[in-house]
Amino acid sequence: MNRRFNVPVVSLASTACLLLAGIDLPAFAQSSAQGSTIAAKGTAAGAIACVTCHGAKGEGNAAAGFPRLAGMSAAYLTEQLENFAGGKRQNPVMAPIAKQLTEGERKAVAAYYGSLGAAPGLASDSDASLKRSDNGAWLAMRGRWEDNLPACVQCHGAAGAGVGAAFPALAGQSSAYIAAQLHAFKNGTRPGGPLNLMKVVASKLSDAEMSAVADHFGRVGAAPAASTAGTTAAKGAK
Amino acid sequence: MKAISVVVVSAALAGGGMIASDAIGQAKVPAKPVPEPAAPAESLNPAKPVRFTPPAADSIPNDDFGKMVRKGEQIFVNTQVHAKKYVGNSLNCVNCHLDAGRKANASPLWGAYVAYPAYRSKNKHVNTFAERLQGCFRFSMNGKAPPTGDETLVALETYAYWLSTGAPVREKVEGRGYPTLAKPAATPDYARGQKIYAQSCALCHGANGEGQMSAGRTAFPPLWGPKSFNWGAGMHDIKNAAAFIKANMPLGLGGTLSDQEAWDVATFMDSQERPQDPRFSGSVAETRKKYHDEPSSMYGMTVNGHVLGGR
Repeated sequence: MNRRFNVPVVSLASTACLLLAGIDLPAFAQSSAQGSTIAAKGTAAGAIACVTCHGAKGEGNAAAGFPRLAGMSAAYLTEQLENFAGGKRQNPVMAPIAKQLTEGERKAVAAYYGSLGAAPGLASDSDASLKRSDNGAWLAMRGRWEDNLPACVQCHGAAGAGVGAAFPALAGQSSAYIAAQLHAFKNGTRPGGPLNLMKVVASKLSDAEMSAVADHFGRVGAAPAASTAGTTAAKGAK
Repeated sequence: MKAISVVVVSAALAGGGMIASDAIGQAKVPAKPVPEPAAPAESLNPAKPVRFTPPAADSIPNDDFGKMVRKGEQIFVNTQVHAKKYVGNSLNCVNCHLDAGRKANASPLWGAYVAYPAYRSKNKHVNTFAERLQGCFRFSMNGKAPPTGDETLVALETYAYWLSTGAPVREKVEGRGYPTLAKPAATPDYARGQKIYAQSCALCHGANGEGQMSAGRTAFPPLWGPKSFNWGAGMHDIKNAAAFIKANMPLGLGGTLSDQEAWDVATFMDSQERPQDPRFSGSVAETRKKYHDEPSSMYGMTVNGHVLGGR
């Protein structure tokens, strides 16, 4: 074949290797244990206990808009704490607390919350009962592609359970928290995330649409805890 | 050269066909026989493209016809569950045909429906729309073609028919397939594509093209490897992939990659191993000669010391 497409004909076998360094399990366990202590008691340097606002099990506080932390990816939580500490994500409550934690403590507390059970996801074929009149649900499940706006679930998972480290779970978060974050993405007080995707998405939503879509996930988040059993057990086992 | 400068309107569905319009790949290789254009172009009226908007997504009628439309829509968005026995990978139709097959320039169903029956050079006979759908299952879904008359096909065809309400038959419809992608300034390059992949694609599709799951469902489709489309799918062809990527990727940021970047990253993606072409004759060289004898197919080519399709 002629060189219509330049492709390597020599071996680059090593390129793909070792991308996934194994997690150091004993260190992770130790880190998670240290995180548990910080979560419950705070630190000597003055950081207050996470449980004060985020609940005894990291379930969050819907009324106050404090987010759920339990079951979020440790990498995601670490990045958020770094962003609070470095001023990229602006929040008058969390910024000073994140600054009082050392880098190691931020990682430890993120590892701890990452090890807890995740929230139950949305019922997966809820598409069938979807009504256009429920604009929040429609945006969440279908998006608005005439405006190149993907559905929330396309990146956050069909059940809103999150995807990998980059796309956090929405199921389990309160309406108040989600609405506040959409505004923060839009007005730049929170970084737009990978590829600036959330800035782009939030900029296409009106205030009313943000509330509607936040309410949709908030309703899901209010699902009874009993149905979490399966997810929690699976999460807890690792 | 005149023949290849004709805008080739896509063969519509991401599976199985030469999908995107492209004069480039062909124009650069005058010595080679000109690859046949996507079949529907041969049967379509060459008049100016007509604009079309499908009916609102929530206007499916509440009757027995509507029930079948809805069934088709569900198969389309959750193929893994609703057409499980015909699917052999982790994909859902909607992974490529965005917005439940409604989105212009992402091979919408309404663009495809009105272009069939059509002669396809891929199998050298006139294909009905149902046969075209069978090709999607066989190639893009790396599965089995539902038998003629199977409810899976009836439902998908009914959904496509409903989406095409009011669309002109046998005319070029704007937004059909993918838009023609301009000729790349530089020869598409694997190494540049690899960098673009890492920057713009790996976030969702994974460092090794494996895709990502969430709560047991495909969140982001695998782009290569055992769970992706096979070597017979239209998307394995670099010019189709480049056109799709340019118009639609990253998700929600379509049009942000340059034409060159789209060509480069498509070259990288389509130079990886994937499931065998189901028409495999037992010899990679022979299969290439028979089905993939064009520069934009990497099937049978040696990349990183490996003959693609040859494992």
